[in-house]
Amino acid sequence: MSFINLREKIVQIKIVYYGPGRGGKTTNLEYINRKFNKQIQSEMVSLKTHGDRTLFFDFLPFDMGKIKGYEMKIQLYTVPGQVKYNATRKLVLKGVDGLVFVADAQEQMREKNIRSLNQLYENLKSYKQSIFKIPLVLQYNKVDLRNQGIPILPTSVLEKDLNGKLKVPSFEASALTGYHVPETLKKIISSTVVAIQKKLL
Amino acid sequence: MNYGVVSQEQLEKIDEILTEKLIKIGVDCVIIIDMAGNIITAKDNGTSKYDVYSFAALAAGNFATVDAMAKLVGEEEFSLLFHKGTDCNIHFSKIDDELLLISMFGKDISLGFLRLNVVETIEHIKKLWARD
Repeated sequence: MSFINLREKIVQIKIVYYGPGRGGKTTNLEYINRKFNKQIQSEMVSLKTHGDRTLFFDFLPFDMGKIKGYEMKIQLYTVPGQVKYNATRKLVLKGVDGLVFVADAQEQMREKNIRSLNQLYENLKSYKQSIFKIPLVLQYNKVDLRNQGIPILPTSVLEKDLNGKLKVPSFEASALTGYHVPETLKKIISSTVVAIQKKLL
Repeated sequence: MNYGVVSQEQLEKIDEILTEKLIKIGVDCVIIIDMAGNIITAKDNGTSKYDVYSFAALAAGNFATVDAMAKLVGEEEFSLLFHKGTDCNIHFSKIDDELLLISMFGKDISLGFLRLNVVETIEHIKKLWARD
């Protein structure tokens, strides 16, 4: 849940990047950290294993400037993607305001994407939140691998697999090169801010 | 309790309590956060400069982890956490199911004295919520 400090006019918003392991969630945040370093006052926090996999979460505070006199402090989090870490994944989801689901567009990852999205649905439900109501953006990551001859699922298939019922905004992306990473971020921030405004008014 | 929006008046009173009960006895920095990692308020002694936003995210994660561990060993909760360092110590205490009080303090205060004051602080804050 967002927290609003009326005295200092600060709104804190929690946005979580969710998705299967090795899908590019941390890479998204790393790109944002490099690209928007003027809006980021502190260092990115990464809790990872020795093998560089996310163990608990990454955290990146992002200052978006003011909306109607209120300073927007966006807190970006990732979850650990590995299947065995669902307990910690659930902890990170607590109080989430907006979600980016980072799917891996490689053909061999098709089933893992679907399984991860289903688990997101379940995890949100345990916090009495609905995947159909929370601001959500889908990102089909790694489309750049197409140029290297690696089989990539066509966007139409990904849309059908993941976005058939949800019908939320989606982007093809390459977190490594930054393709559509800022667009994804902008979209989820605007959806989340609109949702929070609606809740308050 | 609705803490999603805290009134200016409530925040000012909470800040007063934190200053009176904790900053004045020599605590370097006090933060109240929610379990999602948002900062409700932060007070310091004017000389310490911590990155409170990252701190809040990590503290919420830390507390949630310990809570999950408590459940694994059959405890309802570990309501108190304490980390001891050479120059800086951190004390965590649950205010209620949603809020956490974190105090950072140096060598000059004893843990016992701090704990007494934390308990009093939490009682005061709870009274404030109950009244509003």
